[in-house]
Amino acid sequence: MPSDIIRYFRQETLPHIWCPGCGNGIVLRDFAVALEKLNYPRKEVAIVSGIGCSSRAAGYLDFDTVHTTHGRALPFATGIKMANPELKVFVIMGDGDASSIGGNHLIHACRRNIDLTAIIFNNYIYGMTGGQFSPLTPRNKRATTAPYGMIEQSFDICRLAEAAGATYVGRATTYHNQLLTRLIVEGSKNPGFSLVEAVTHCPTSYGRRNDLKTPTDMVRWQKENAVWIEKIRDGSASLKEEQFAIGVLHRHNAPEFTAEYLEVIKRARK
Amino acid sequence: MQGNEACAQGAVDAGVRFFAGYPITPSTEIAEWMARRMPTLGGKFIQMEDEIASIAAIIGASLTGAKSMTATSGPGFSLMQENIGYACMTEVPCLIVNVQRGGPSTGRPTAPAQGDVMQARWGTHGDHPVIALCPWSVQETYSLTVKAVNLAEKFRTPVILLMDEIIAHLREDVKMPDPRKLILEERPRPEGGRESYRPFGGSAGQIPPMADFGMGYQCNFTGLVHNEVGNPSNDPGVTDRLIRRLTGKVESHRKKIIHWEETLMEDAEIAIFSYGCSARSAASALKAARSKGMKVGMIRPTTLWPFPEEAVEAAASREIPILVPEMNLGQMALEVQRVAAGRSKVHLLSRVDGELFTPAEILSALKGGF
Ligand SMILES: Cc1ncc(C[n+]2csc(CCOP(=O)(O)OP(=O)(O)O)c2C)c(N)n1
Repeated sequence: MPSDIIRYFRQETLPHIWCPGCGNGIVLRDFAVALEKLNYPRKEVAIVSGIGCSSRAAGYLDFDTVHTTHGRALPFATGIKMANPELKVFVIMGDGDASSIGGNHLIHACRRNIDLTAIIFNNYIYGMTGGQFSPLTPRNKRATTAPYGMIEQSFDICRLAEAAGATYVGRATTYHNQLLTRLIVEGSKNPGFSLVEAVTHCPTSYGRRNDLKTPTDMVRWQKENAVWIEKIRDGSASLKEEQFAIGVLHRHNAPEFTAEYLEVIKRARK
Repeated sequence: MQGNEACAQGAVDAGVRFFAGYPITPSTEIAEWMARRMPTLGGKFIQMEDEIASIAAIIGASLTGAKSMTATSGPGFSLMQENIGYACMTEVPCLIVNVQRGGPSTGRPTAPAQGDVMQARWGTHGDHPVIALCPWSVQETYSLTVKAVNLAEKFRTPVILLMDEIIAHLREDVKMPDPRKLILEERPRPEGGRESYRPFGGSAGQIPPMADFGMGYQCNFTGLVHNEVGNPSNDPGVTDRLIRRLTGKVESHRKKIIHWEETLMEDAEIAIFSYGCSARSAASALKAARSKGMKVGMIRPTTLWPFPEEAVEAAASREIPILVPEMNLGQMALEVQRVAAGRSKVHLLSRVDGELFTPAEILSALKGGF
């Protein structure tokens, strides 16, 4: 069936603000395809985002959408979901948005296991402000605020989420875009906090400074460095420098926060 | 009943069904009360990871149509400022209670102060509308909390209740009205179809209807300058219209919002202008002064923002001196001075030592004739 995702867009807001060659459009498309597959009634979906290039994605989609403040998308989403647990809530964040200014909110959303689906557009850099390093910028890479190379260690945001209590964690790339759609669909079906990291390419602010001159070079880098988690698990592959795992990296069952609170209401009313 | 309890009770009686907060003295009892009582009403309570998250959560909840609030004190109020501006910009109703304590910084957590008056007005960046109310008793804490929730709904804007440590922890008898007899406001909601709906439309001062998430209107909320539909815009005309309409919502309705109480102003030769816990000492001083034959009157605003300029007129138009006792180094006094515009001599009486004014020191300031 040919995908008819254009109906999910606020067409009067297009064209988008992203640079030529940016990967965000691919992530947005994969998200829209996931929404199509999930096929929720449109009014039951809420999409929340932070601030950054990637967070502009929310405004292009024709659902109830909130473009919040930098780093704070998750607590806004927490209020929405808690006040109306019927809503299916998706949260779009950049890597800096989610892991730096919003890092505390991220670990607590994971810990509560509140039923939100977070999609983190990881371009390894602060795109909107022009290429400063983020907590996900790998060591030795260059950024405008790390002109001699990044000396800090970077987060693995998937492992961070797992350790903090997220019940579904996956990673895909703009090259592995069917996987990305699958992860968003499964993440949304998971009754708890789901985190999907979407590795995306930013030629303007990251690639250019780090020896990946074109968008094609960047997507090729993704193809060559992404290793399926199944292969790591069965021992047929291991992670070399720069490489990272993709696929469903973690899942477990745990009580979901808004469901637990409905139990609190029952107990309090007895 | 305690002031903090009266605030919590007033809020739920006004229809608040969502509370998010983070513990901080001297406001914590409000959160604790809400944790116990909210679920019994089918409402929601959540302790967030900090105050930034707390205000974000109440804005989120309000987007779904729930009347929402948080309560905090100085340090937490500082953390909330960015998202207070967000609520102004996106026109999301919510109530923020700030139980003032000594500042700056951690200051004196258990001591009263009135140092956040200007922060309530200008704490978040950019020109924006603000409504801030300030009670002087436990009874009034109840009624002003109800009013605050109503104003937030009516004008689609965050409202700040500026309490202080004294009022929060004071215990007084309160006459509870029958909550079913309270007049409650609901935000205007859209009625027509989606095509004609303008969630951020209208001319200066108009309050556009607000759809709840889940109603099927598919609205976009953004802190960026946005057009009538909610889409981001860099257009100078759109920008100008939006900022003026937002501030105009409060300014053009200020007469309906502002409120003050006058005591013995008819024949007064000196006026006291005071609010919150300081006004309690001022009221005692006024009594003592009158018993000594001094013609003292008092003006007590319960609305601090928008500033009730008309209240100052009662004294300034007669060119009588005005004494402003406040527990800061002069915040409201500046406003009084501005409105008096040289017609009345305005004298500031300050305390920033965490102690209440004594009626005696106010009386001696009155006697001194300043
Ligand atoms: C409180 C605050 N601090 C800083 C900024 C400036 N700012 C806007 S976007 C951004 C970083 C964006 O990077 P990221 O989250 O990785 O998203 P991207 O733009 O790369 O998609 C920053 C620092 C802001 N808007 N608000």
